[in-house]
Amino acid sequence: MASAVVGYSRDMHLPTARGPLTEELFAALRSGSEDFFTVLAAAPTATGDDAALALWALHELQYRGFAEVDDALEWEPQLLRVRSVLERDLEARLRSRFTPPQGLSFAEDFFGWVDEQDGVSLARHVHRDADREQVEELLRVRSVYHLKEADPVAWLVPRLGVRAKAALVELQYDEYGGGDPNRLHHHLFELGLAASGLDASYGAHVDLTPLEVLEQNNALSMLGLHRRLRGAALGHLAAFEATSSLPSRRMAQGLERLGFAPEMVAYYAEHVEADAVHEQLAVRTIVGALLEEEPELEEDVWFGAFTCLDLEDRFARTMLARWGVGEEQVA
Amino acid sequence: MSTPGFDHPDIVLCPGGPMLLRGKHVVEDAEGGRHETTRPVTAVCRCDRSQSFPWCDGTHKVLPEKLRPA
Repeated sequence: MASAVVGYSRDMHLPTARGPLTEELFAALRSGSEDFFTVLAAAPTATGDDAALALWALHELQYRGFAEVDDALEWEPQLLRVRSVLERDLEARLRSRFTPPQGLSFAEDFFGWVDEQDGVSLARHVHRDADREQVEELLRVRSVYHLKEADPVAWLVPRLGVRAKAALVELQYDEYGGGDPNRLHHHLFELGLAASGLDASYGAHVDLTPLEVLEQNNALSMLGLHRRLRGAALGHLAAFEATSSLPSRRMAQGLERLGFAPEMVAYYAEHVEADAVHEQLAVRTIVGALLEEEPELEEDVWFGAFTCLDLEDRFARTMLARWGVGEEQVA
Repeated sequence: MSTPGFDHPDIVLCPGGPMLLRGKHVVEDAEGGRHETTRPVTAVCRCDRSQSFPWCDGTHKVLPEKLRPA
C-alpha cells in the first residue's frame, strides 16, 4: 500500500447521506453507473441538509473528487444538470435575503457598511469563554472550508480584466504561501489540526457539519464556478477579508488560553497580519479595478458581500445554540 | 520599449488605514528595531495602536474617526 504523501490526499470518502437525494446520488456515484436519471428526478424536491450535502458533493467533484468515485463524472451531463437545479435554488434563496444598500458607493463606503452589519461573533466566544471541546468542534466544521482555503477564488482568475486579475493574483499569491508550500494557508490549517490531535485529512469532518457550513461552502463554490457571478464572488472575498483580522486575533488568544498547539495558534496569528493586507487589496485594488472595468457588477458585489456576512452570522447562531450560549454574550 | 502602463505604486496610503508596501523591505521602528517584510504586500501600521507593530492588525477600524490616520 502506498504511504500517504504529506500535503496531498485523494482519499476523501463520500459522507453519510442526509435524505432521499443524497442516498440516490451517493449510491449512483459508487455504483459506476452511467445513468443518473433517478438522481435527477429526486433533485427538485430535495430540501435542507439533503440538498446542501448533494450540492457540496457535486462541487467536490470539481476540486479533489472522492476515492470511490470515477474522476470522469466531474463532467457528467446529468450530474451537472442536478448541480444546476440545486444551484438555482441556492442562488434564489440567497438573493431573496438580500436588499441592495441605497446610496452607497463601494469604494467609499464599504468598510463603514461592514462595521454596521452586526453579526454575532464566534471569535468573541472562543476568546473569552469557550471550552476546549467547543473549539475542537468549531475547528472540525471550519476545516471543510479552511482545508481548501482560497481555492474557490482561484476559479475566478481567467474571468477578469487585466487590472483585477493582477490584483487578485497578488492576494492569492500570499494565500498560497508566496511560492513556499510551508506557508500555504490551507496547509497551515492542516498542520494546526494535526498538532491539536484532530483528523487533518481533507473532508474528514463533513458528517459533523450543520447545514449552515454546507451553505457557506456551496455559496463560495457556486460564486467561484460561475463566470456570471464573478462580481458576487469578489464581493464575498472583500467581506470575508474585511472581517478576518481582528477576529483572528481573538481566535489566536482564545486558542492560547485553552492551551492549543502553537501550530494552530500560528494559523490564526498569520491571518491577523495577512488579512490586514488582504482586506485593503480586496476592497481597493481587486474590487476597485473590477468596478472600473465592469461598473455594472456593483450590485452583485454587494450581494456577494452581504451573503458572506449573512451566512457567517447564521453559522455563528447555530453553533451558539448548539452550545447553549446566549447571543447577547457575544454580540 | 515602454508603453503607458497601469498605475502600480510601491507604496499606497489607505485612507483611515495602513500603508501598503510592495516588495521586500526592512522597516525600522522608533526604538531602532528592524523588521523585515515577509509577504508580497505588507500593511504597515499608521494608527500606532497595532498589537503587531510595525505591521497593521486592523486595530484602526475600532478607533474613533479622529484617531484614525488621515
